[in-house]
Amino acid sequence: MTLSRRDFLLRSGFIGCSLAASPLLTPVSLASAPWENRLVVIILRGGMDGLDVVQPYGDPHFEGLRQKLRGGPERGALDLDGFFALHPALAPLMPMWRQGQLGFAHAVSTPYRDKRSHFDGQDLLEAGTGQLSGGVRDGWLNRMLHNVPGASTETAYAIGAGELQVLSGASPVANWTPQTDLPLSPQAERLIDLIMEDDPALHAAMSEARLLASENTREQDQKKPGHVAVAEFAAKKLSQEARIAAFSINGWDTHRGQSRSMSKALTQLAETLLTLQGKMRGGTWSKTAVVAMTEFGRTARENGTGGTDHGTGGLMVLAGGAIAGGRVLGKWPGLARADLYDGRDLMPTRDVRAHAGWLMRGLFGLERSGLETRVFPGLSLGEDPGLLL
Amino acid sequence: MFDVDLAEIRFGFGRAPGLPAPQSVQAMLDPLPQPDVMSAAYPIEPFDVFRQRMVDLQAQLKIRRQNRGTAKAEAARKARNLINKDAREAAAGWMAQSLLRAAHTPTGFRERLVWFWADHFSAQGKRGVARRAAAPYVDDAIRPHIAGRFSDLLQAAVMHPLMILYLDQDRSMGPASKRAINSGGKFGLNENLAREVLELHSLGVNGPYDQNDVRQLAELFAGMTVEASSGLKYRKDWAEPGAETVLGATYSADPGLAPIRKVLDDLAHHPATAQHIARKLAVHFVSDQPDPALVAHIAARFLATDGDLTQIYAALLEHNSAWAHELSNIKPPADFMASAMRALAVDAQRIQSADEKQLRRGFAGPLNQLGQRWLSPPGPDGWDEADSHWITPQGLAERVNWAMAIPQYMRPDLPDPRAFVDTALGRFASERTRFAAAAAERRAEAIGLVLMSPAFQRR
Repeated sequence: MTLSRRDFLLRSGFIGCSLAASPLLTPVSLASAPWENRLVVIILRGGMDGLDVVQPYGDPHFEGLRQKLRGGPERGALDLDGFFALHPALAPLMPMWRQGQLGFAHAVSTPYRDKRSHFDGQDLLEAGTGQLSGGVRDGWLNRMLHNVPGASTETAYAIGAGELQVLSGASPVANWTPQTDLPLSPQAERLIDLIMEDDPALHAAMSEARLLASENTREQDQKKPGHVAVAEFAAKKLSQEARIAAFSINGWDTHRGQSRSMSKALTQLAETLLTLQGKMRGGTWSKTAVVAMTEFGRTARENGTGGTDHGTGGLMVLAGGAIAGGRVLGKWPGLARADLYDGRDLMPTRDVRAHAGWLMRGLFGLERSGLETRVFPGLSLGEDPGLLL
Repeated sequence: MFDVDLAEIRFGFGRAPGLPAPQSVQAMLDPLPQPDVMSAAYPIEPFDVFRQRMVDLQAQLKIRRQNRGTAKAEAARKARNLINKDAREAAAGWMAQSLLRAAHTPTGFRERLVWFWADHFSAQGKRGVARRAAAPYVDDAIRPHIAGRFSDLLQAAVMHPLMILYLDQDRSMGPASKRAINSGGKFGLNENLAREVLELHSLGVNGPYDQNDVRQLAELFAGMTVEASSGLKYRKDWAEPGAETVLGATYSADPGLAPIRKVLDDLAHHPATAQHIARKLAVHFVSDQPDPALVAHIAARFLATDGDLTQIYAALLEHNSAWAHELSNIKPPADFMASAMRALAVDAQRIQSADEKQLRRGFAGPLNQLGQRWLSPPGPDGWDEADSHWITPQGLAERVNWAMAIPQYMRPDLPDPRAFVDTALGRFASERTRFAAAAAERRAEAIGLVLMSPAFQRR
């Protein structure tokens, strides 16, 4: 085959130069709604070790549980409040912390217990239900949009390569990637519409692709890492009509050599948050809450290979101009063996959904009853954790 | 019941001009135990040969470590880069060979089964040259076992060096093993492989196991590791002393690979495994929501035949629900590309003579954009089977870009689009697609439209 790059760029706009795009690139979904405030939900796939990110170095049992991952201010972590210290890879976020635009909720989890499967854990996190209901792929963010009177989703985008369950469901939310383009001749557009008429699912997705491609011409700079491109796209849309964005960051499944892989994943998270902060325009960052959540935490005790295995209680990351940051929230359960869940994991003391629920209540004025029955069926929101300014 | 077109489309890589289609269920099954013609015709480097690349790389890393800051270290760095580059280029060729096997095989069902099991037992290297080992792994651990007993396939995959590396088994030691104790707590157990064997490879996540079984299985696995120079290796001083109990059965306190084979064999015969595998086969080949009777039929055959895979496939293929007339599942991106190559009867030599850059632009890159990086799913659970995962606006846009741009490079003498409608779609060709193929402005566009038609996207 003789394929020159120039040929590719000339023909059908085939994206010859973006082929190095990150395989970890994940979908971003955006939806607009009748509010001024913005909510960004980041799904951290793989099970983030919250004890390594916000290290409870003040807990007398922490040091005994960790060897290679001992952390603490003496090993480069950044002291937050005399009890917790921040992983050094998040040092770029310290100004955000000091501005009160970064906070954490520790020892949180979904209701998922015991089997510690990534895949079921993520399904439950995104479904927002109390237990897995076979086959229903409908996410809590979508139900929120769907169940709020007056919330009209007009535009939806996905950036990346698959669906994002947390925002999928009956409300019209779509998918797009900043790297995608669809340069078709008008004739080809008509014909492709025609051949797909018999297949409603393909037809709907194709129609949306044509619409979104015409609205979102591909960014010129293909050199950016995938997560930065995703964050920039989200920032751009949130500066305009979009009010809700969701995407994911992968790479948290640190069974081994965690010090290295954790730094890599945290750097992506830091760059994502800084990109959102830096690129959101017109004061929109001050109206924004970003929440990053994971399917479960990891074992309190370091495993035999410098990593951690699947656990239970984890960490939630909060950022944005709208949040009351500069604090590590949550009732600390302690790390003595008797205080651990199942004798091995950080004991969850709060449901992640309660925090997400209070965020939506504060940002969008949603009724508590709707949140507890429709968005998170069966959940009791409990006391207001005061996440927002 | 059996249908020639569906045999090719649903259970193979689609229709191919010039290749005979199987005429019965028996004709789909008969070739499976026969010699593997396609792997001989389109060879991929055997894993044992590939392993030498890992040995060579380790040697260079060692030189570099021992000579920091010297010219020797610099030379070793360059040598390492060359080893990595060479493997990367070779791996691009193996991707092409895999696609060509699918495109040119007279027994499409065999290739589909290889892809199915390669996904069920997804494994990939995470660092160094091992990142290129996935295709040799599939040929080594999966391909020879797809028509035998499930137990043998399970053991071959789980005990394969690449799986052991991928799921962090290679450094896992019993917490009370000699080595762990001597290390002063520096080394110990890693649960990753044990958990995924139960959750993904055998019983399934709804299976009857708990955290204690995961832990016990991990302790039983401890000592099973890898040496680049020799492959699978068992280290007695890493073994956890004493017997382990998994799902109520006790395994020998005598350390070695034998009790590991035994526990895998027991897991392979468990009713939960039969159910899990039956459902996965039905979902993959037939529908996201398969007929429960079909799943039950396959699971029953699984148990009745001790996991004889050919018999299990027979159960799938003899069931009426497997032959529902309407096309159902969307082809994942790689399957879509392979079936397009097959319908276009692309010249194998043309693809084989492409260099790595061209293969990246034509296949690997578009697969990344489509969210299906070649043999590199995001986790050990493999690719998503749900149609909704693949039918997204950005996914379809990328398919259109590929379908309209790439076929003309694979085959400069593109076929007449009006004839290609029949070649590619057979009796599933719709009047609308026929019209579109004739009405397009350019031949490449017309071919792309046929490839994008629902009858080609689904199977």
